[in-house]
Amino acid sequence: MSARDRILSKLKAKMPSTVADLPDVAGWFATHRVVESAADKASRFRACIELAHAEVHAVTTANWLTTLREVLRAKGLDKILVSEETTHGCAVLDEFPAQGIACPVYDMAIEAWKTEMFNATPASLTAARAAIAETGTLILWPDAAEPRLMSLVPPVHFVLLDASKIYNTFFEAMQAEGWANGLPTNSLLISGPSKTADIQQTLAYGAHGPKELVVLMLTEDEQ
Amino acid sequence: MSEHTLHFKPAEGFRTRSKAVVDNPFLRQSFRGAMDFLMSKRAAQFPDSEELESLRTLGESIRQYNLAKLPTLLEQLEANLTRNGIQVHWAETPDEANAIILGICQARHARLMVKGKSMVSEEIELNHAAEAAGIGALESDMGEYIVQLAGEKPSHIIMPAIHKTKQEIAQLFADKVEGVDYTDNVDALIQIGRNVLRQKFLEADIGLSGVNFAVAETGTLCLVENEGNGRMCTTAPPVHIAITGIEKIVEKLEHIPPLLSLLTRSATGQNISTYFNMISSPRKAGEKDGPSEVHLVLLDNGRSQAYADEQLRKTLQCIRCGACMNHCPVYTRIGGHAYGTTYPGPIGKIISPHMLGLEATSTMATASSLCGACGEVCPVKIPIPELLMRLREEAFSEPHANPAMVGQGAGYSWLMTSVWKGWAAVYRSPSLYGAATWLGSRLSWLMPSKQGAWTSVRVPLKPAPKRLRDMLKERGE
Repeated sequence: MSARDRILSKLKAKMPSTVADLPDVAGWFATHRVVESAADKASRFRACIELAHAEVHAVTTANWLTTLREVLRAKGLDKILVSEETTHGCAVLDEFPAQGIACPVYDMAIEAWKTEMFNATPASLTAARAAIAETGTLILWPDAAEPRLMSLVPPVHFVLLDASKIYNTFFEAMQAEGWANGLPTNSLLISGPSKTADIQQTLAYGAHGPKELVVLMLTEDEQ
Repeated sequence: MSEHTLHFKPAEGFRTRSKAVVDNPFLRQSFRGAMDFLMSKRAAQFPDSEELESLRTLGESIRQYNLAKLPTLLEQLEANLTRNGIQVHWAETPDEANAIILGICQARHARLMVKGKSMVSEEIELNHAAEAAGIGALESDMGEYIVQLAGEKPSHIIMPAIHKTKQEIAQLFADKVEGVDYTDNVDALIQIGRNVLRQKFLEADIGLSGVNFAVAETGTLCLVENEGNGRMCTTAPPVHIAITGIEKIVEKLEHIPPLLSLLTRSATGQNISTYFNMISSPRKAGEKDGPSEVHLVLLDNGRSQAYADEQLRKTLQCIRCGACMNHCPVYTRIGGHAYGTTYPGPIGKIISPHMLGLEATSTMATASSLCGACGEVCPVKIPIPELLMRLREEAFSEPHANPAMVGQGAGYSWLMTSVWKGWAAVYRSPSLYGAATWLGSRLSWLMPSKQGAWTSVRVPLKPAPKRLRDMLKERGE
């Protein structure tokens, strides 16, 4: 008998004969969490993530590139990792190199350039899939275009968020998007820059992941 | 990577170690300060008591629902993880778990393993086993890195280095990290750790992590963290090995949001952790990073013993937030190391006997005033005080056939049991009780003036010359 069979048979022998009803998670959220307007969700999201030390800039489709460039300059950065397979990555690639900002792309498997990723990639830009107002959280589903390490290794991480895609709660996000039907290789909730309080409960940012998280909150151009 | 072998100390030395900490004002101050900090952070996250209570009730029902279906869910989890490309292994004992993990490392000729925070890996003493096999095992959580550098074990399940001051850590870094001068600036210390460990994430052959929740319906491993080292360990090296106890499983993805909210708010008083990392498969064709192999090791190590008993099963509801230790007057005074077990504090007292047997842990459940704080703050409503009473019964009652726990009756003493039996008989019978108190009030001069620990700070106990019943009688006349 394998360890597996021994463990399972011990558990099965003592399994309760009756199982309680499925817990009513939806009912709890319906009675304990507010459903807010788009504007309120955006401001709650912003307030929460700023409290967690993220930097947030409200941008429009017309000016986000300018804002990104200004923030890069203000931080003394002249290099940003982007994807050549996304429209926002291509928009950066079209403009920034000519303005003196180097734009390496994540176009091959990490094994070919791991050292460069760790030692010579000061910033990156990815999109967020959506966000959560309650906790000030970004939802990222890394993929072949914007792989997992892109939002982790560079010390400054820029995130483009469509402000119309903010859910009230984590529960609402997973229900609305049908996550239970299938999740990607890796899905992430990110609620600020990397941090730790492991030394005498003193909060310090930039433990192992990004030291700075910059959110570009994108709304439609004003009329 | 530590120089000396670190086994958990036998729990028999619990009293001696507790006394040593109680006599150390610096450690007392470290723990008192840290626990006050964590308690107030948690309280600030739960301003609405109705919300807290209804969420705890929901959390409890989710954990109990899933435990009731545990074997079925383990099979479902295994099937879905396998379908997703994650390899599932089963271990009954710590030795089996170590053999599985080291086998995977050796097949890849691995030399360096970077570890995210995992109490289950502490439970099986993986670092020691890896070292013996010539594989470096490096802790990457800042607190774990610090205690490993110091050659110690974590003193708290959430904040491993909580017993250390920043000056001690500054000296430790100056002594042990190459090219580092003494600084007690916390930001600078964290950057030192970051720089050392970044290089290791880059070089490591294996990344090891724990699991906070495993979701059966999707085949997903979830990790909660703030630092990003958990993401590093599960993303940068070519192989990821996750290890978890068999109980940390939920059927539905929708069970996660309430449990996550309870976990981070109870543990560190955060409305959510910086990262919530959900892993459902190894690197797929066309993807450019992530490990090409992902393994999950499911560990029993006594959990099935707790599962077999309806009351003891509640121990397995735990989501490892540490709130019970943060609120425990005993933990606050003796710290985590005194217990000598992987899991200290109230949860340690109720889970360790299943892992180590009652022979080695019989006194643990007695280190409680039964004040009830642990049960009151537990986010999934584990009745910890009731379980402590049960474990006292299991440890000190006369050994009998078919015990619920290994080591039942390990603390049994004929004398103590007889004294209590006598006490119970006296208190059950009004005439015996009357006779005993009459005798006591007459023989009070026989009481010794030195009564052990009691008289070290208090006046000796003496039966009153007049009994309450005598005084009442006088008053009535």
